[in-house]
Amino acid sequence: MKKGYFGDFGGRFSPELLMPPLLEVEDAYKTIVKSKPFLTEFGRILTEYVGRSTPLTFCPNLSRELGFNLYLKREDLAHTGAHKINNTIGQALLAKHMGKKTLLAETGAGQHGVATATAAAYLGLNCIVYMGATDVKRQAHNVRRMQLLGAEVRPVESGTKTLKDAINAAFRFWISEQADTHYCFGTAAGPHPFPALVRDFQSVVGHEARQQSVEQFGTLPDLLVACVGGGSNAIGLFHAFMDDRDVRMVGVEAAGSGEPGCYHSMAICKGTPGVFHGARTQLLQTEDGQIEPSHSIAPGLDYPGVGPEHAWLDASGRAEYVSVNDAQALNAFQSLCRHEGIIPALESSHAVAYVLEYKDDIPAGSKVIVNLSGRGDKDMGIIEEYLG
Amino acid sequence: MSNLSEKIREANAKGRKAVIPYLPAGFPGLTEFWDVIKELDAAGADVIEIGVPFSDPVADGPTVEQACLESLELGVTLKWILEELPKHRAGIKAGIVLMGYLNPFLQYGLEKLAKDAAAAGVGGLIIPDVPYEEAQEMKEILGAQGIDFIYLVGLNTPPERLKMYASNASGYVYLVSVMGITGARTSLPKEIGDKIIEVKEAFDVPLALGFGIKTPDQLEAFGDKLDGAVIGSALIDHIRGGGSAKEFLSPWV
Repeated sequence: MKKGYFGDFGGRFSPELLMPPLLEVEDAYKTIVKSKPFLTEFGRILTEYVGRSTPLTFCPNLSRELGFNLYLKREDLAHTGAHKINNTIGQALLAKHMGKKTLLAETGAGQHGVATATAAAYLGLNCIVYMGATDVKRQAHNVRRMQLLGAEVRPVESGTKTLKDAINAAFRFWISEQADTHYCFGTAAGPHPFPALVRDFQSVVGHEARQQSVEQFGTLPDLLVACVGGGSNAIGLFHAFMDDRDVRMVGVEAAGSGEPGCYHSMAICKGTPGVFHGARTQLLQTEDGQIEPSHSIAPGLDYPGVGPEHAWLDASGRAEYVSVNDAQALNAFQSLCRHEGIIPALESSHAVAYVLEYKDDIPAGSKVIVNLSGRGDKDMGIIEEYLG
Repeated sequence: MSNLSEKIREANAKGRKAVIPYLPAGFPGLTEFWDVIKELDAAGADVIEIGVPFSDPVADGPTVEQACLESLELGVTLKWILEELPKHRAGIKAGIVLMGYLNPFLQYGLEKLAKDAAAAGVGGLIIPDVPYEEAQEMKEILGAQGIDFIYLVGLNTPPERLKMYASNASGYVYLVSVMGITGARTSLPKEIGDKIIEVKEAFDVPLALGFGIKTPDQLEAFGDKLDGAVIGSALIDHIRGGGSAKEFLSPWV
């Protein structure tokens, strides 16, 4: 495969001014991240600080109803309440090794911002977080958390005022401040090496799930399900199972309201190939190549692109990508709350919704792992708005 | 020698730096845009960069971004530019370059783009989000139609990368004067003088400086090391303020 590519997807489409820092990160990825001392230190922090390994929780009540065995990979129980912390600890540690003083991040739902601010505080780095002004409003609780952790949150007023605009602003900042700053990219997207770097830090999720499956039910799972915005939690789960051809992998995109012509975030299901934020991938775009606004009830899925490895997994047929709408995600949210006593993030609720909505496609007795990528505390404002 | 190189060398032969105004297509209006382009040409522009608007311009500052978003709202597309340009091109002496982000070019189709751009009298393309490593296939397709793929380099481009870019540069090389985004500035960073010398020595094609250029006196110190200057945000501000293209260019030519 061409360097930095997954099949036809990936690459490094960045202004020349960003090439030196990207090459620096690539070099550090190859030398530092792969080194034994780094991996030992990373593993230690994941255990002692993040609280890994996270459990694989059997859901007895929903399993009984569904007719198959539903397990949740509990990233909601990781420190800060989402899988995002795995990547930010990895990148913050990398930034320290690279001699950088500041961690730069963008965030949609706020979970990556909180996780970056946390990692920065823990490892003694400054932290600047760009966030779309719309997201600043709908995730006010996370903004406050970031500020408490010492981060400077910078609202972005341009464009759709959501994640994509926050990424644009972060890239612009990185151009001018690259000497001291590491851009802690939040998902397995963007220019090479970020898709691979973020995937590797998140692959701890899949490696644990694989081992726990064998320990807890004696075999590999039949089906893995994860929500896909940029796709970091999904690729983190899928990666360890890539060569296990009998394990089905399903990525769940956000269909928005589901009404004809509505804004949504189905970059794979409804998008077309193009170049955006540094990579060739599947995009929501007009036929003239302008990026279209996206929408999801879950701010973390509200992104018009997807990580290039997912675009490739779709094209190669190794993984399947489907969508569920806002109402289906809300229904799954309530189901998990009431049946299992777990309040999931709205992002993860999309993955749960898949197993509820498509239960007839899943053979009885199957062992199904849904990645519960985060907890729902952050979404209470949205939940109140929709459910009263 | 490429048509664009020639235009810049002609200006240099007259004892001045080539003047390369940048204006987003469709700004300040669909009809007015072509009037401004003609006025810039008549006032002595050597090369004119026509901006192809994009919804998410990562390397642009607020002035260019805003003008591009306004153009998009007016319905400007690459297709519109390539259909309209031939109607106006005949009377324009200046070289024409299209500058924009990759995705709209990609969606148009690179083979079709090369053919249609050549037919419309476009001499070169500048695509800020395509670095050397991703540029080669595109450069070949465009080159087959006589269109230059113009490289951008920056203050932080190390010698080995400058050498790589210089190995197959065409048209001119565009040196970004600041570690930042587009936008008029009153002063340029101190280290730009040394970088101009370094880039000038590395490249055979003419050297144009862009980003942050507002007035000719910003460039006085660089003498004949610099072959041309690109002026974008300052021109947009001037036109937005009701000024004419002729007035704007008069201190430069």
